[in-house]
Amino acid sequence: MSAYNFAFLDEQTKRMIRRALLKAVAIPGHQVPFGSREMPLSYGWGTGGVQVTASVIGPDDVFKVIDQGADDTTNAVSIRQFFERTTGVRTTTRTDAATLIQTRHRIPETPLREGQILVLQVPIPEPLRWLEPREIETRKMHALEEYGVMHVRLYEDITRHGHVETAYDYPVLVNGRYLMRPSPIPKFDNPKLDRNPALLLFGAGREKRIYAVPPYTPVRSLDFEDHPFTVERWDRTCALCGAADAFMDEIVVDDKGGRMFVCSDTDHCERRRGR
Amino acid sequence: MAADVPLLRARDVSKLYGARVGCRDVGLDLWPGEVLGIVGESGSGKTTLLGCLSGRLVPTSGSVEFMLRDGTVVDVLQLSEPALRKLARTDWGVVHQNPRDGLRAGVTAGANVGERLMALGARHYGRIRAEALDWLDRVEIDRGRIDDWPETFSSGMQQRLQIARTLVTRPRLVFMDEPTGGLDVSVQARLLDLVRGLTADLGLSAIIVTHDLAVTRLLAHRLLVMRGGEVVESGLTDQVLDDPQHPYTQLLVSSVLQP
Amino acid sequence: MTEPALVVEGLHKTFTLHTQGGIQLPVLRGVDLTVHPGECVALMDPSGSGKSTLLRAIYANYRPQCGRIVVAHDGGRMDMAGAGPRELLAVRRRTIGYVSQFLRVIPRVPTLDVVIEPLRAFGMPREAALERGRALLERLRIPERLWSLSPVTFSGGEQQRVNLARGFIADFPILLLDEPSASLDSAGRAIVVELIRDARKRGAAIVGAFHDREVREAVATRAVTLHGEEAA
Repeated sequence: MSAYNFAFLDEQTKRMIRRALLKAVAIPGHQVPFGSREMPLSYGWGTGGVQVTASVIGPDDVFKVIDQGADDTTNAVSIRQFFERTTGVRTTTRTDAATLIQTRHRIPETPLREGQILVLQVPIPEPLRWLEPREIETRKMHALEEYGVMHVRLYEDITRHGHVETAYDYPVLVNGRYLMRPSPIPKFDNPKLDRNPALLLFGAGREKRIYAVPPYTPVRSLDFEDHPFTVERWDRTCALCGAADAFMDEIVVDDKGGRMFVCSDTDHCERRRGR
Repeated sequence: MAADVPLLRARDVSKLYGARVGCRDVGLDLWPGEVLGIVGESGSGKTTLLGCLSGRLVPTSGSVEFMLRDGTVVDVLQLSEPALRKLARTDWGVVHQNPRDGLRAGVTAGANVGERLMALGARHYGRIRAEALDWLDRVEIDRGRIDDWPETFSSGMQQRLQIARTLVTRPRLVFMDEPTGGLDVSVQARLLDLVRGLTADLGLSAIIVTHDLAVTRLLAHRLLVMRGGEVVESGLTDQVLDDPQHPYTQLLVSSVLQP
Repeated sequence: MTEPALVVEGLHKTFTLHTQGGIQLPVLRGVDLTVHPGECVALMDPSGSGKSTLLRAIYANYRPQCGRIVVAHDGGRMDMAGAGPRELLAVRRRTIGYVSQFLRVIPRVPTLDVVIEPLRAFGMPREAALERGRALLERLRIPERLWSLSPVTFSGGEQQRVNLARGFIADFPILLLDEPSASLDSAGRAIVVELIRDARKRGAAIVGAFHDREVREAVATRAVTLHGEEAA
């Protein structure tokens, strides 16, 4: 194996990212710029998450990677192997056994504990970007708590669809102060953000931003008084384990449009089946 | 309603760009319920003055004081940016010449009107929408257009929507820059009428910059005539237009075409 | 003898036409006039001699070069010649009413609203103002079907009657009338006389230019010229 530093990044870079993480933890939900490095995977494939993981992972960590809830997709496997090669740490598919979990687009069903770290991959960190393309302006809006416009977006959804159509990356208010994008997790997972005992870290590599939600921080999904926030419900249970309250994937099984619903979180499903 | 303190007081406001004079030594008092017109031709400094009064330009010298709702007087030029932005969203309104500068594109008319309410913490969809409908009525836009984008409106309708969007938070002072510029004559008349009615009904104060004397005759109680960055004449609107003293004012008044 | 409602002292008004080489037209050359409540003073000068100019100067529509225009306003006395725009607007709202020769028409505003506007400035509630407006329009024989229309399309006589309604609807302590019976037939002129008499009775001080001799003789308590002696 070639002589890469532990977890690929050099120590100075890790220091820089840790400083950004400390700032982020000190100001929950606030986006901290950082010197995002070139990583051996393309922008849009989790470079931010990988850099955060690389900066916090240590030899005693037990590491899990999921992509859309599954440990066995190409992306999850690639990232897990990357860290196996550059750190030699133990890896696992079990949420309750991991100390450090990197995830794309889901929060695990199994509740997290104090001491665990969840690293989320973020494409666009700025919740106001849909409305305001200028960075100087969005920074001011965050600084001055000018968040009324986010409700304009929800208003438009209700006007067009009768309800808030946003189903993932649903905007939240962190610690009553900062408006944040939780990354493209389904809104089903938003309640898990609220007062989670674990440390939640968010990395956007292409946009060069880091933010964090420290343990037990209140996180509230935006809504209207007469259109309160709700999560998805299915009228099915998982075809494999029978779970009724997990986030489902819909899988097409044949050419005739036959489909089945299974838990998106593979570890959760396996445990329920006693594996 | 404090009678002794003006709503807006400007003293010796000057804006210089090196040797070039934007405006010089302008002073004025504006009282609640008054509409002040600032007229002059292009380059007279009227738009510069409006910018200095509304916090968008920083004057080279002079002071601008504004009386808040609770009676305290603040120096506009010393306000922090957050305080100034808040003032601009609540107590002040701005109507731009080009309505597109005062509207949010890609967002429905209803959201345009409701945005300032949401920015101030309104969180009930039904009530926000009801108030937006009410304002569309007031500015004579068909209620059925509430979910349409302003880009689909005629320019007169866009201008009226801009007015609704600005007035929804009941500002006490509205700055207008050529509000009827670019509109057809009949559309202008309708808009002026609307502005006139609203300023009277809501007890608004307004500062209206225009080159069109007919607009001032209709809307303004008082008039400032500007030329070369300086105020050459001021007084009651009908007095300045019917009995102009300064040679430039006489020229301006006599140049108006009578149909 | 009661306090005068209006005192004009040494009023000079000269027009300087800068756009025509700066020629000067001195129209008022030291006008003195005192008017008490209940008086109706008629200005006797021939056309073009400055009657309108005096009335407009008193109303602050024209700016005099020098002199004083002292009115009883809000319980005190105010010299309008030195007053600022805010005070002048207050005087126009509550103390001096002015009936000009022309009705300045704003399209789309209904006649009834045009007429009651001075009452709104007094703070009268809308319903009470509307009642008074309707009564006055009836008295001036403006048909009810016209009340919700803008006066833009009215005949000269109808416009003048709307003008009168607007001028007489509020109880101004001082009234300035510039040819109030212009464009009216004899019935119309009779109503003008009634309105002026009613105003005098409630204590208004009135100054007017009355071209029509009948009207003048019916309403004037005194006749003066701008620069000459008082005539009986």
